[in-house]
Amino acid sequence: MALRSDIQARAAQLRVRFEAAGAQVVDTPLLQRAGTLLDLYGEDIRARAYVTTDALRGEQMLRPDFTVPVVEAHMRHGAEPARYTYSGEVFRRQEMDPDRPNEYLQVGYEVFERDDAAAADAEVFSLFALQVRGLPLRAATGDIGILMAAVEGLNTTDKRKTALMRHIWRPRRFRSLLDRFAGRTPVPESRRKLLSTEGDLTGSAVELGKRRAAEVQARVEALREDAKEPPIAENELLALEALMAVRETVPYALEQMRDIAVDLPQINAALDRLDARTAAMKARGVDVENLDFEASYGRTSMEYYDGFVFGFYAEARPDLPPVASGGRYDALTRRLGDGEEIPAVGGVLRPDLMLQLEEARA
Amino acid sequence: MTLKLGVPSKGRLMEKTFDWFAKRGVTLTRTGSDREYAGAVEGVSNMELVLLSAGEIPRELAAGRIHLGVTGTDLVQEKLPRFEQQVEELAELGFGHADLVLAVPQFWIDVDTLDDLDAAASAFRAAHGHRLRIATKYHRLVREFLTDAGVADYQLVDSQGATEGTVKNETAEMVADITSTGETLRANHLKLLSDGLVLKSQATLWRSRVAKYGVDEKAALNTLLDLLEHRK
Repeated sequence: MALRSDIQARAAQLRVRFEAAGAQVVDTPLLQRAGTLLDLYGEDIRARAYVTTDALRGEQMLRPDFTVPVVEAHMRHGAEPARYTYSGEVFRRQEMDPDRPNEYLQVGYEVFERDDAAAADAEVFSLFALQVRGLPLRAATGDIGILMAAVEGLNTTDKRKTALMRHIWRPRRFRSLLDRFAGRTPVPESRRKLLSTEGDLTGSAVELGKRRAAEVQARVEALREDAKEPPIAENELLALEALMAVRETVPYALEQMRDIAVDLPQINAALDRLDARTAAMKARGVDVENLDFEASYGRTSMEYYDGFVFGFYAEARPDLPPVASGGRYDALTRRLGDGEEIPAVGGVLRPDLMLQLEEARA
Repeated sequence: MTLKLGVPSKGRLMEKTFDWFAKRGVTLTRTGSDREYAGAVEGVSNMELVLLSAGEIPRELAAGRIHLGVTGTDLVQEKLPRFEQQVEELAELGFGHADLVLAVPQFWIDVDTLDDLDAAASAFRAAHGHRLRIATKYHRLVREFLTDAGVADYQLVDSQGATEGTVKNETAEMVADITSTGETLRANHLKLLSDGLVLKSQATLWRSRVAKYGVDEKAALNTLLDLLEHRK
């Protein structure tokens, strides 16, 4: 393990480089309002973040990442366009693996920029690639926007699409919804019974609690409506599955996805954006011919990203988290912006892991 | 030094534990007055009885302050992360059966599975502006179970007692609680989800992997294990 002072020195050095790239330094409080994070991530965040309370401000969390407070700060009083850098501790509760630190330094770079998303994506990626150059890392890239476009354009009801979109970041539930909407899984007995009825259901059971009988009835109606809908067509489903399985170098991935777009034409605009980003990355000297692309990358661990996603992994150390990771999070600025929004892309580096890998090599 | 056995200090769980050990040739008795948490052991030398609240036993095992302890699977799994590394299961005692279950109001005829619950939670949040509240004292177990099932838009609210009443009082929309027969749930107009069994629990004898075992403790443990083995 590298010395804390060495890690801090490396963090400072990285931040200076990000400043030289045009970023302004921001600092955010260590204590974050728990409500904001819970609204965003749901109850799962409690497994990852330390929670503390006082009688005055209620529940607060020790900063689990910088993105949320940096977005909040920008939405409050940021000029446009803006580039930010920061370095500081983040805290992650560890209940399963004693070898993972519960406190570590992150150095980040975030771009809030309305024009030319492709250029901003390429700027962030190549800047991070430059910082980790020479380390034995594999870069992974993906684009959640392509999958989202595929779901949005499915030939089915808005309700089904909304349900699928809600679970884009929970692959297992997404899978089971998809199977149900495609008529692949049998309807549960309880559901079949419910659907065999008509009209208002007035059972003998007592109505209690804040979820009212009208809400129960509304969902029964929605289930009846849904049962009348045809299943998602086989060709769409197969194309969607093929899309989720794409795992190739960028040029081949693009080629495969253009083929898939014959059955899923709704992804063409998103593929054009990938094309533009690839050209912008190439112009910055990224070796895109050998860069990996996975269509499902980022679906399990990067929940607020909704476009380009990337990570740099130590090839010989699959047990380590990514040394650098990031992506585009346009929707997050909308959710935290109180009516405002701005396209944004950024990432973070782990100086401790960089030093650890350098020491191992030396 | 002595081998320390932690047993729940009150009620039927203590009596049944005493009976279970008695059948295996180990006599546990409470000494002194009813209010005094002291005990005696006959049948195994160098063994000591420590009476504790059932909820404290997992922590005491994990800290190595007791070598053995009787408590439910539910409490061990809720309170000890990676419990297998801290304690070893020696025997299931065959009583204190209880299931940790998810239960919703009976009149929610549209909710029978986790899939239904997830959809209902989403609609509830949109209608009421807050996440669907689940009252429980088993935060970790319930959260892990729901995360694994991919259920979103819920929140856990703490309830350390009379959990079934929280729905009627509108401090929660549903509950995750321990039940043995489901009777209390039914009496409160609640029903189980068909795939909402979080954990099956019963009283279990655990051995701490953390506690120190000197010559005396090892000898006592071996004597005890022989007695338990003999009876099987």
